[in-house]
Amino acid sequence: MTYTAQDFKSNQEVRWCPGCGDHAVLASLQRALPEVCEALGYTKERFVLVSGIGCSSRLPYYMNTFGFHSIHGRATAISTGIKVANPTLTVWQATGDGDALAIGGNHFIHAIRRNIDINIILFNNQIYGLTKGQYSPTSKLGAITKTSPYGTVEHPFTPGALVLGSRGTFFARSLDSELKLNQEIFVAAAKHDGTAVTEMLVNCVIFNDGAHATISDREYRADRTIVLRHGEPMIFGKERDKGLILDGQKLKVVKIGENGITEKDLLVHDARCQETGIHSLLIEMKYPDYPVALGIIRDVKDMTYDDNVRDQLLEVKAKSTITCMDELLHSGATWEVK
Amino acid sequence: MQHKVIDTQDVVIRFAGDSGDGMQLTGTLFADASALYGNEISTFPDYPAEIRAPHGTVSGVSGFQVHVGSEEINTPGDFCDVLVAMNPAALRANAKWAKATATIIVDTDTFDEANIERAGFKTQDPFAELKIEDRNIILSPITTLTKESLKDSGLDIKAIVRCKNMFTLGMCFFMFNRPLEYTHAYLEKKFRKKNPQMIETNKKVLFDGYNYASNIHAIANTYTIQPAHQEKGTYRNISGNQATAWGLIAASEKSGLPLFCGSYPITPATAILEELAIHKNLNVKTLQAEDEIAGICTAIGAAYAGNFAVTTTSGPGLSLKSEAMGLAMITELPLVIVDVQRSGPSTGIPTKTEQTDLNQALYGRNGECPIAIIAAHSPSHCFDAAFYAGKYAMEHMMPVILLSEGFLGNGSEPWKIPSMKDYPAIKPPVIDSCEGPYKPYQRDPETLARSWAWPGKAGLEHRIGGLEKNTEGVISSDPLNHEKMCAERAEKIARLANYIPEQEVIGAKEGEVLIVGWGGTFGHLYTAVKEFHAEGKSVSLAHFDYINPLPKNTDEIFSHFKKIIVCELNSGHFVNYLRAKLPQYDYLQYNKVQGQPFIVKEIVDAVNNIL
Repeated sequence: MTYTAQDFKSNQEVRWCPGCGDHAVLASLQRALPEVCEALGYTKERFVLVSGIGCSSRLPYYMNTFGFHSIHGRATAISTGIKVANPTLTVWQATGDGDALAIGGNHFIHAIRRNIDINIILFNNQIYGLTKGQYSPTSKLGAITKTSPYGTVEHPFTPGALVLGSRGTFFARSLDSELKLNQEIFVAAAKHDGTAVTEMLVNCVIFNDGAHATISDREYRADRTIVLRHGEPMIFGKERDKGLILDGQKLKVVKIGENGITEKDLLVHDARCQETGIHSLLIEMKYPDYPVALGIIRDVKDMTYDDNVRDQLLEVKAKSTITCMDELLHSGATWEVK
Repeated sequence: MQHKVIDTQDVVIRFAGDSGDGMQLTGTLFADASALYGNEISTFPDYPAEIRAPHGTVSGVSGFQVHVGSEEINTPGDFCDVLVAMNPAALRANAKWAKATATIIVDTDTFDEANIERAGFKTQDPFAELKIEDRNIILSPITTLTKESLKDSGLDIKAIVRCKNMFTLGMCFFMFNRPLEYTHAYLEKKFRKKNPQMIETNKKVLFDGYNYASNIHAIANTYTIQPAHQEKGTYRNISGNQATAWGLIAASEKSGLPLFCGSYPITPATAILEELAIHKNLNVKTLQAEDEIAGICTAIGAAYAGNFAVTTTSGPGLSLKSEAMGLAMITELPLVIVDVQRSGPSTGIPTKTEQTDLNQALYGRNGECPIAIIAAHSPSHCFDAAFYAGKYAMEHMMPVILLSEGFLGNGSEPWKIPSMKDYPAIKPPVIDSCEGPYKPYQRDPETLARSWAWPGKAGLEHRIGGLEKNTEGVISSDPLNHEKMCAERAEKIARLANYIPEQEVIGAKEGEVLIVGWGGTFGHLYTAVKEFHAEGKSVSLAHFDYINPLPKNTDEIFSHFKKIIVCELNSGHFVNYLRAKLPQYDYLQYNKVQGQPFIVKEIVDAVNNIL
């Protein structure tokens, strides 16, 4: 069956603020899913959209699929239960920087550690939007918000680092407005067996407008971000004249043609490398020292929790002599009263 | 001294030692051997929270009481006929439980100056200090004898000393004429693969203990307890936690749906998760979650996806699950939440039993959030209670709280094995297709249950969640819709009363005093009522398995008694609930909050005071 983006749109009115970055992410997802169905032979009823609490967690209502809008922080646990209960379902999760990294941090890292086959879209706007403007675990040090009127005094998380630290097998990053790249990432995430985390840098027009503007602004975007693609050299810049090399244990931005640097000297992106070293360096790159890495940074194979649960069940079943409750009741030590 | 074999109807034995002395195992093996011999039994493990508390101290004493009889046994017994004390601290902590006629066996090797002092005695004569020197005290050098017994075993001294519990068990087996073969079978099964040498070693020390007891003339009397006159059938010994796990599996089988249990380990509920984890062959999936909240949330996800979902916990875990219980309630998904209650608040006394979570189960959530509550009343009844919790959760599309207690979960009793054909079918309102857009909160006119539309079924796509919805499943903050939905969800639970059994009364249907109880106090209350009946007194018992909703005939039952006394192991949760539900009656109450079960005599005295 062939679908279009329209098939994934629900009849409910989208209630995000005008100009909110979430609109673009929703559109990207609605465009990506027909492609996912095409590539993997899925039908629409297999999709379940799960969310927690926050602006982004409204997303399931706007998708014409099965959906579960749960409670704050717990989406990852609900997704886990759904996938283990019925592994044939395709589970997508919308969550935010507060939902996944503050109140739901524990579930987030453990789902990734288990490598359960779910797709998490982490909407990172570096602010609590639904509660109207308090700092989040990804707000920059010194951020002035309603609960930090003199600036925050704590370091933010780098979500990708948390993913790597939890043995993550898939991590991608994109900007809300990069519809094509988003679509490409979502299809790859769907194809990935295991927890696929995509960090979406989204703009909150009301409470944190321009949080990502230094890199997302059209004028500088090409110079301040780098889109990584597996097997391709790490080149960026409006003129495609800049690249990344490894200098000792650090990454270094170089200009092609300067100091004898040619394209061949640049690092070639290997998303499938099991070792996390370079992936970690790429994830931590921050403007102005580096371009911010976008695209699929890591996509490696590993066993998944849901497969292992299913296999173990079949294995135990094959070996067991007890096939029903009556047999279990009579197993072990029993005695007769005559 | 003349050796007598005394035929007795019942005997209570309490094994007590340091938490590393293996008293739980000794007690369990004694209970199992007795159950397999055909006696009625009831057991009560009474152990500290520390795995290895400071050696030789009273806080580190672990006890296991077993009540063995040839007649109906309903409690682990109030006071013991035989106390085994493996060190001075065990004696000090447990002497109060020894009857005036009790035999007390002590390991004299541990009664040195330092240990006596560590146990908190002021003098070097613990027996005089405890005023128990008149009991039949058997002073045995158990540690020395165990060392002697196993000197050629090749084991190191530490391993040898660890076997002293088996020597003690051998002594008790002699005293109570227990056959050794059941324990032999246990040893063979346990060590066959891992360490076959230990089979013979343990058998030898067990046998030496048995012979030692028969040789010393200090043990004047031995007892036989004839097999009980039980109903015909096949029996097994079962603990409450095992029965709970099995009842849940039975509900899964009857519904034809796989069982999913998301849980986090917590005393004293952990054994349910452990038991479920074994039975993957019966379509059981267990997920040991990262925390209590993930335990229930994974279960809610599994319920949404079409599994029979369960989460198991104890008091503090129930607190953590509160918000998610509200989610299960408003999304109207079937879910069994098992709470094996323990002493609280907070961490409280984690290994001790109580009924102090009833208020939390009834009221502990935000918003208008009633939840159905079923309570188990004995270790084996946990099977039925869990089965029906599953049945009602699935058929009525709602979370159900199953209240168990540490006393039930860890306790065990013989159980006539039921046949699954005697249990009803479980038919959840699963829907496969519908005409027009699917309406998630459209209700069955009788039960008010909504239908269960699993993801994966084309045409049934819908969204649910914690936000208030209308019947069509669309978010609604309309004031009147909210009031209507709250009323419908509450009415759905109230209507469960049309499906649960009517309340029964033990004893006359009318009279002077009605004792009211619920949950794990059944054995004690029942035994008290039998004592009153033996004396010809007009005292009856209504013991509630169904708390919310109450059985429909509750009012009718209460109306036939002059006095109602509600007995429970809390400060009065059930009695206050009854005062709110049926305010037309005056309720007396008897409460105990000591982390310990009732003593039958307490109940008898309390009722005699009002008769």
